[in-house]
Amino acid sequence: MATSVAAKVSGPAGINAGRAVRRYGWTVAVYVLFATLMVATLIVKPDFGAFEWNTLTLAALPLAFAAAAQTMVVLSGGIDLSVGPLMALANVLALRATVGHDLRYSVGVALLVLLEVTLAGALNGAIIVLTRVPDIVVTLAMSFVWAGLALLVLAKPTPGIPLDFQNLAQGSTFSPWVPNALLLLLVIPLVWIPLRRSRAGLAIYAVGSDRNAAFRSGVNLGLSRVLAYAVGGFFAACGGLALSMTTGVGSPLAGTYYTLSGVSAIVLGGVSLAGGRGGMLGPLAAAYILSLIPAVLIYLGIDPNYGQMIQGVLIVIVVMIGGIGTVLRRA
Amino acid sequence: MAAVPDDASVADSSALLEASGLIKSFGPVVALRGADLRVRGGEIHALMGANGAGKSTLVKILTGALTADGGTITLGGRPRTFHSTSEARRAGLICVYQDPSLLPDLTVLQNLKLTATPISLFRHYLAELGLEGFDLQSLPRELARPTLSLLDLARALAIEPQLLLLDEITASLPADLTVRVFNVARQLRAEGRSVIFISHRLAEVGALCDRATVLRDGKTVGVVEPAQGGEERIVKLMLGPVAEEVAAEAASPSAPATGAVSMEVRDLKAGMLSGVSFMLRFGEVLGVAALEGQGQQELFDCLAGVRRPESGQIVVGGKARVFRHPADAIRAGVVLIPADRLQALLRQRSVRENIALPLVNRFSRWGPINPRREKRRVESAVKRLQIDTRVQSEVRRLSGGNQQKVGIARWLASGFNTLLCFDPTRGIDIGTKRQIYGLVKELAANGSAVLLFTSELPEIQLACNRVIVLFGGELVDEMPASEADEQALLRAAHGLPSEADAEQQAPEGA
Repeated sequence: MATSVAAKVSGPAGINAGRAVRRYGWTVAVYVLFATLMVATLIVKPDFGAFEWNTLTLAALPLAFAAAAQTMVVLSGGIDLSVGPLMALANVLALRATVGHDLRYSVGVALLVLLEVTLAGALNGAIIVLTRVPDIVVTLAMSFVWAGLALLVLAKPTPGIPLDFQNLAQGSTFSPWVPNALLLLLVIPLVWIPLRRSRAGLAIYAVGSDRNAAFRSGVNLGLSRVLAYAVGGFFAACGGLALSMTTGVGSPLAGTYYTLSGVSAIVLGGVSLAGGRGGMLGPLAAAYILSLIPAVLIYLGIDPNYGQMIQGVLIVIVVMIGGIGTVLRRA
Repeated sequence: MAAVPDDASVADSSALLEASGLIKSFGPVVALRGADLRVRGGEIHALMGANGAGKSTLVKILTGALTADGGTITLGGRPRTFHSTSEARRAGLICVYQDPSLLPDLTVLQNLKLTATPISLFRHYLAELGLEGFDLQSLPRELARPTLSLLDLARALAIEPQLLLLDEITASLPADLTVRVFNVARQLRAEGRSVIFISHRLAEVGALCDRATVLRDGKTVGVVEPAQGGEERIVKLMLGPVAEEVAAEAASPSAPATGAVSMEVRDLKAGMLSGVSFMLRFGEVLGVAALEGQGQQELFDCLAGVRRPESGQIVVGGKARVFRHPADAIRAGVVLIPADRLQALLRQRSVRENIALPLVNRFSRWGPINPRREKRRVESAVKRLQIDTRVQSEVRRLSGGNQQKVGIARWLASGFNTLLCFDPTRGIDIGTKRQIYGLVKELAANGSAVLLFTSELPEIQLACNRVIVLFGGELVDEMPASEADEQALLRAAHGLPSEADAEQQAPEGA
């Protein structure tokens, strides 16, 4: 026993390669999968250009934010079934407030909407912590509350998001290959990287990883979980605003799709639904992959509704391969 | 009681930590009913007590994980109440638990950041514990358990605590690492800081600790100096008068049985278990005595088909068997009553369904259930065990004792020849315990074979004909129940020779 301990301690250089594979292997694999799909796309559609890349990024943008929102919550050991309705809420609030206004006013509204929906996320978390009702139950219930609220704000899909505001996402200010939507995605690392390096971020991982050990380490469990839901709410708000910008429409039901596809993206992106494991990079690539599949089908002339089935099969296969990796490592 | 110093009520000026009259209850369960603990500066103080005596509750209160319902804690002369572990930590109180509290998915470095632990000091203490040059980027999930214990300890030491609590830390450490931990504890003592040491291993307490506080049933029953032959006193205090009562009741333990062999175990190896052989006869209750984690779990798992042994044979009814699944064992007539009743029972289903569950398997393979036959067998089993309930009620509404009876009843209804009881009375009140032991004895008298592990050594004589003792994964002793009083078992379970053997060896050694 003692020798094995000593051996493990004294040979750090030797195990680093294996450790890197274990720790970042999934993320790398997701990017390899994305790259492979891109190559396949280029073969299927040789004239894939800046326009198609922009379209893809616009499609991936709301999904990436939905995945980021879900990642935050799942890392803390919870799950948020109200991500979609929260996005819808941000979306309709933005339309109601910006219709007929200029860019500056719209950006001001957007900041306010971010704040409001962040608070809505925090409320989700606070209810869970205070009532001790399981996450899945509270967020399911709250998903109806937020969806109802969204319908009260706006009863039916209505166009009218100011064009200047739409162009924040739809244009390509710098280069056709760097669409604005791609730059908006930078919001995720800008929030995530400092958080991840802070003690608050560690605490979120800690509560998701082992609640008892986190408690013994002096982590404030309730506060960390509320924080995770609040940041989740912030990303959901970003997702809702992204919907406004990419579609130009306020729609009370637009978010519904994003609750579960966000979960798909994080599972594909290597975030453990059990909590405490995973990061943001994987889900980002996964959001692109899930948006690329229907596009490829269209290029191939296949009914894009097959895309959903392919997504489902893909998720099961990817998670299964990941599971095989874990089993082989243990053996 | 006599062991409590007379000046107990007088404030001890040299006390670093003084807890008095601590009370804590969880709903109807009283965990502490007036626990006192006084630790001096520069002292290694043992906290002893049988399972359920209240040690862990006391530790949790001292470190702020729980708040006491009553009583006072003073630290360095100032009254304190800690509302969180970080508050206790800032005051210089920190605990290292048996199961390391490093977060498995954060790197060691991130774990240190999370608790704001000074890294250079952490490295210093790691070196002292023999882990110099340790890679802080490792993930605890990927490290061996002893390493984790040392890391956890070094992390606690790095905040330079006034009072370090070690809660059974040696339970998961091999002997050479235990020595390193002891050296660090002694070093703290030399610096005038204090350590509270919790361990089931009497030998360690004797070797390391200056004084020992003994808890029983949530109360402090004595303070002893273990070094000067105090170990026996500690054992007596831990046991209390109940044990004597038990001893009186067990004055005529059952004689070893001579029936046919029901099960023979040959050189069984699995995990911790390193080559155990014994025979179990029909008509006897064979006790298994062992401290926590000496291989008994592996033994029972193998016999019940939960786990496959690495080598060795299990012979049942004259045939060597390979159990791939609990169903194989059940088919061979070997059934298990686990310690955690809810592992075996469906808590939200009725008593009737629970008892009938193995029957279903037998009466009809997947087809419809014959309700009349099922009802008859279930009711006779319920009647026989005097399960105090209507058979329709949900199992989770029953008391622990009655739940355990349901667990036994299901095997009575379905039929068995060998019963494996793994700590069946854990967390059950003393009255029901007696009933269960009575039942086990009766089952044996009616011709079944019973293998019984209990974590409560004094109870072995109540139920068993014969006892085997496991220590470190080996079978170290076997004795008839008449000799298996608590002292003999405790010695054997700690790997010490029996008194008679010790006397025999003494002249040779001299």
